[in-house]
Amino acid sequence: MIDISALHKAFGPNRVLQGVDLTVESGTSTVIIGGSGTGKSVLLKCILGLVKPDSGTILLDGEDVAQAERDAFLAKFGMLFQGGALFDSMPVWQNVAFRLLRGSLKRPTTEAREIAVEKLRRVGLTPDVADKFPAELSGGMQKRVGLARAIAAEPQVIFFDEPTTGLDPIMAGVINELIREIVVEMGATAMTITHDMSSVRAIADRVAMLHGGVIRWEGPVAEMDSADDPYLSQFINGSPDGPIEAVR
Amino acid sequence: MTLTAPLAALGRSTLALLASIGRVAIYAAQLMRHMLTPPWYPRELLVQILQIGWLSLPVVGLTALFTGGALALQIYAGGSRFNAETVVPSIVAIGIARELGPVLGGLMVAGRVAAAIAAEIGTMKVTEQIDALVTLSTNPMKYLTVPRVLAATLTLPILVAVGDSIGIFGGYLVGTTRLGFNPANYLHNTADFLETWDVVSGLIKGAVFGFIVALMGCYHGMNSGRGARGVGKATTNAVVSASILILAANYLLTGLFFTS
Repeated sequence: MIDISALHKAFGPNRVLQGVDLTVESGTSTVIIGGSGTGKSVLLKCILGLVKPDSGTILLDGEDVAQAERDAFLAKFGMLFQGGALFDSMPVWQNVAFRLLRGSLKRPTTEAREIAVEKLRRVGLTPDVADKFPAELSGGMQKRVGLARAIAAEPQVIFFDEPTTGLDPIMAGVINELIREIVVEMGATAMTITHDMSSVRAIADRVAMLHGGVIRWEGPVAEMDSADDPYLSQFINGSPDGPIEAVR
Repeated sequence: MTLTAPLAALGRSTLALLASIGRVAIYAAQLMRHMLTPPWYPRELLVQILQIGWLSLPVVGLTALFTGGALALQIYAGGSRFNAETVVPSIVAIGIARELGPVLGGLMVAGRVAAAIAAEIGTMKVTEQIDALVTLSTNPMKYLTVPRVLAATLTLPILVAVGDSIGIFGGYLVGTTRLGFNPANYLHNTADFLETWDVVSGLIKGAVFGFIVALMGCYHGMNSGRGARGVGKATTNAVVSASILILAANYLLTGLFFTS
């Protein structure tokens, strides 16, 4: 379980997070929605320790992440980055098996490669992709490789940062479906940030809307459409008129 | 207000300069700490030795060859004013080993390597690859910076040694083919007047310059701004700061080594 309370983070005068409270139950999939620049990525990066919050606490299974031993803590996480963030200096299989080739989870090279090929197959890629370099792959394939890398070490918690951005609607649908399947199959806790509503409906158990530095609305995805919150309604319907300013 | 404006601007830029010196110093201190504590990445170190050392050989070799040749011509022209043309071999050797080998080698490597490191790490930063490294339980300082700085510090003295030999050979070529020196005498003079310390001091300078080059490349890459413009700026800053620091460090080291 991830328990975030009173999280604040400012970059100079720009107060991005102004008291975020959010609980994500183990084994559930929570999607955080919100406009561009509302701090969705900052929130994920705070949990991972990539960005240091100004105040507030983040607990993972009751343990404060700021106090946790970094390696053991990070070993519980997998993350799919928006642009894939694949290491372009190494072939695909080494990207996927990165964690298995070094550090505390190190395995023999042949075993790591086998696991990488298996994970690639899981995300719908054939073994011949394994020896290609990321630059040789299409955007959709890079996303799949990123997904394979995120799940390679069987993490307890997986973060997805805008998993469908830059993909065509069909490829976006395929990635959404894959994410849903994998999360269910692994029993992992998933946190996704997106502003793609089709993603929300495909992936989420629960939805949280971040606006104005706080969680504006939070609830099950089924209640999202009937919720009585003008901010949420405007966002879901993509309407230019409403309480959220169109020019930010 | 208007009277104090120039003073305020001066103060601001002085403070900014001091702050960046402080940041580099903290970065270097962290680097040292990570260098001494595991995990280490020997494979990365080998790759960097190849990238930084081996692939810089042509650049450093050619620079040394032409510099040695030009130096021989200049010393011959200067020496002939007071009938001291015979000093050409020894002055070429001493000049190359003490100063020109390490400084020009360092500057050429700064252009090639500091730029490449800053551009690579800067691009990794911008495309979230550095964040990805962290989430994969790998410390970017240990995985990216330590191998590069170690590789440059270890290989630059070797590059300087090769450059010294090629530079002296450049002087020899010009001396024997254009200036009428007897080949055997030229070599004899070179060997007789060149002392071990002349060469060793140059190699020590090489190690210091290698450290500076990779440190600046990594520091500016890690602190790169967003987008192509940010990476471009980081690359420029890396080359400029590495070059200036090399020249400043060279002056300090020369003062330390050769004045009592």
